[in-house]
Amino acid sequence: MLTIEREIRDAIVAHARRDHPDEACGVVAGLEGSDRPTRLVPMLNAAMSPTFYEFDSGDLFRLYRDMDERGEVPVVIYHSHTATEAYPSRTDVSIAQEPFAHYVLVSTRDGAHESGPVDFRSYRIVDGEVTEEEVIVVERYADDVPDPKRESA
Amino acid sequence: MAIEVRIPTILRTYTGGERAVESSGSSVAELIDSLESAHPGIKDRLVEDGADGPAVRRFVNIYVDDEDIRFTGALATELSESSTVVILPAVAGG
Repeated sequence: MLTIEREIRDAIVAHARRDHPDEACGVVAGLEGSDRPTRLVPMLNAAMSPTFYEFDSGDLFRLYRDMDERGEVPVVIYHSHTATEAYPSRTDVSIAQEPFAHYVLVSTRDGAHESGPVDFRSYRIVDGEVTEEEVIVVERYADDVPDPKRESA
Repeated sequence: MAIEVRIPTILRTYTGGERAVESSGSSVAELIDSLESAHPGIKDRLVEDGADGPAVRRFVNIYVDDEDIRFTGALATELSESSTVVILPAVAGG
């Protein structure tokens, strides 16, 4: 199950719409062990493609260095599909290498990049196995953990 | 000569859960062989046979002193005592 704040969910959808018809991608970092996505980091799709996404290797290095310094992990790794459903492609599954991340897929197909509901779904991808999970959208997380500063989309 | 190597989550099964291990070598290729001796199986996750011999796997990134080795000589990239090595899985898909 993925629990995510509405503001972050909406920012991911906005990013996907903005980059349509290319795929958008990014992470939501959170404190290690919290399973709570708090810091949205939209990434550049270095492939700039409607059918593929990839973080630039230099961007990837800096992202992980920043997360390490903050004690964070990539709680959510998201990307959009712009002509197909919000389900991991064979390529997604074969490349997925963060077994503890929630892989979020957003679909902007069929005009969803302009208006109307956007499919927003979440999966675990471990050893080539895809498991869909429930997404719970909340207004605010319970305040037992301080909310680190969030980067805007 | 001990060089710190940062290990990504997905490869920590090979390092007993350690996030960083010490290894040695005067090049990345030698370092990976040393890693393999201490953590059998890890080399196959990092390197594949390419048309021109062993190459870093397409969706694995290895950085020496913050630079992706694809731009610094690939597996032949030289290491010194003060080098830091970071391994990161690519984040990519279709």
